[in-house]
Amino acid sequence: MEHKESKIRWGMVVDLDKCTGCGACMVACEAENNIAPTTDSSNKLRTLSWMLVYELTNGKAYPDHDVAYLPRPCMQCGKPSCMTVCPVTAIDKNEEGGIVSQIYPRCIGCRYCMAACPYHARYFNWYDPIWPEGMEKTLTPNVSVRPRGVAEKCTFCHHKYAEAKELARAEGRDPLHLEENDYIPACVAACPSGAMHFGDLNNPEHTVYKMAHEKYAFRLLERLGTDPQVYYYSKREWVRRQGDNYLKTEKTKGA
Amino acid sequence: MIDKAWIPEGVQRCSIGRFLLWLAFVGIFLGWGLYGAYVILSQGLGTTGLDNYFGFGLWITFDLAVIALGAGAFFTGFLRYILRIDQLKNIINLTVIIGFLCYSGAMMVLVLDIGQPLRAWFGYWHPNVHSMLTEVIFCITCYCTVLIIEYVPLILENRVLNKNRFLHHLAHNFHVYMPLFAGIGTFLSFFHQGSLGGMYGVLFGRPYAFREGFFIWPWTFFLFIASAIASGPSFTLLVNKLMELMSGKRLVDDATKELMAKISGLLLAFYIFWKILDTWAWANGLLPKAGLTFDQMFYGLAYGKWLLWTELLFCGVIPAIMLVVPAIRKIHGLMYLAALLNCTGIVINRFVQTVQTSAHPVMPFDVWNVYIPNWAEWSTSLMIVAYGALLMSLSYRYLPIFPKEKELNS
Repeated sequence: MEHKESKIRWGMVVDLDKCTGCGACMVACEAENNIAPTTDSSNKLRTLSWMLVYELTNGKAYPDHDVAYLPRPCMQCGKPSCMTVCPVTAIDKNEEGGIVSQIYPRCIGCRYCMAACPYHARYFNWYDPIWPEGMEKTLTPNVSVRPRGVAEKCTFCHHKYAEAKELARAEGRDPLHLEENDYIPACVAACPSGAMHFGDLNNPEHTVYKMAHEKYAFRLLERLGTDPQVYYYSKREWVRRQGDNYLKTEKTKGA
Repeated sequence: MIDKAWIPEGVQRCSIGRFLLWLAFVGIFLGWGLYGAYVILSQGLGTTGLDNYFGFGLWITFDLAVIALGAGAFFTGFLRYILRIDQLKNIINLTVIIGFLCYSGAMMVLVLDIGQPLRAWFGYWHPNVHSMLTEVIFCITCYCTVLIIEYVPLILENRVLNKNRFLHHLAHNFHVYMPLFAGIGTFLSFFHQGSLGGMYGVLFGRPYAFREGFFIWPWTFFLFIASAIASGPSFTLLVNKLMELMSGKRLVDDATKELMAKISGLLLAFYIFWKILDTWAWANGLLPKAGLTFDQMFYGLAYGKWLLWTELLFCGVIPAIMLVVPAIRKIHGLMYLAALLNCTGIVINRFVQTVQTSAHPVMPFDVWNVYIPNWAEWSTSLMIVAYGALLMSLSYRYLPIFPKEKELNS
């Protein structure tokens, strides 16, 4: 299968030793991306959370018990398992930044992309999006509202990327050479503990480039070959071990 | 009987009252299913038991199963019209009708199964040439058209319709060109049966279903073809037996039934040999490569190892032996039991390839989830079964499907 490369590769690095699992990233994501409030949120398998925070545990009893929180946006894979399976070309990996996008008006809602994604990063609109009266005023104007019956996903807030490029153009700067803080997704901006970092993974001047190259950095399910643009970072060996399906005999990455 | 003129000459059918009573019983399921379909189409897929883990559920299992079981149509057509096995003319009409019912039924379910049914045609308009599902969409709709073309001359052979000169000649000409349609049907069906297998085999992010393979195809492509042509003739035998039990008539001669059983058995033996090799290669090669073990692939009763062993041994190796060995095959009770096991094995295969694949937690910190279909999915699936029963009942009553029926019951 073809591997999509791009000159700019927007990526995220999450320091799991700093993440407190507060969920601010989830809330910011929902508000920014016009995700309608769910009438009954008790069914967690039906709710939409482009950004989901998983709780990881080392499985040991107190006092050795330890937990970590792992925020999971769409991994924006270099080799997206969702893209090639879509029968109607509703998914594309943008060559200008490497963001996997979804064309909602083209999606037929077959959910094959959901079956293909090992990260459960794809969601289906089970219900009509309905906002309580007055709350529609909080909608982000340049993010499309998705109808019932289509699949959707995190886009790294690529509308903010478009805005940043427009601003750069207006200021006479090169829109393809943005500064590190010109384009920041809502989840990263909202993170109170400074655990989330965003930037160009191909640019050595960006923090994410440096962090992604550190020995404690890892990606989820690396051996499957999806080549995610989201990196995680943890000095705790057991956390890194849960990044991929390590066999008992295998040595953990970064150890 | 008020419909005597429409019933094929020289055969006996039950009274119209009894027939209508049967249709009323079938109608209960049709009505329930139509209500379910209305609820789903008007309120969306939130009314089903599907969720973000199980985008694929009962409907996909049902679709893949009926498409495999309906493969008797293309493969028997191939043997009858291309390889010229003349004896199969006694059962070919039945296989065509079963094929049509299975494929048209599957397409009805697919319309319900997609979130945006009005965009179903996008598969043609915006095709993604990399997607196996695109190939399925193309082949399944084209092959359904071929099956309609094969079914129409049967309808035109109705006693009353055939009196019309134009319809008589039309039916005759359809028959003349039938080998051509059988050839097209074989080509189309071969590819989409394979693509259905390929759909899951290419899911490299889902180690339960992922397979490496041959050229651009994962080997599930070939396994699905082999399993479909192995189970199709068995399913035809079972439907035929059910019709014989319900009508109290002998419809197909023993030699033809045993030939179908033999074909099914040989193909099942071929398939199960490769399926066992596939399972071994998957457990010892692909799973360790993904950092997973064989035991991690199974969970509880819903996704337990019993499914695998039942599929491979009880519904694979054993019926293959039973159908291949002439002495066992000739005992019809055992022949039908083997056919039933064969079909059950294929249904299990389609279930685990779709639902268990979704249920398996690929991320180490994720958990197994169990999927339970709800009434909306059951009602609409049963509606398709009822639709099949309705069309089959009407076809049996009014069309000359079985060339030997008169002779066998005289």
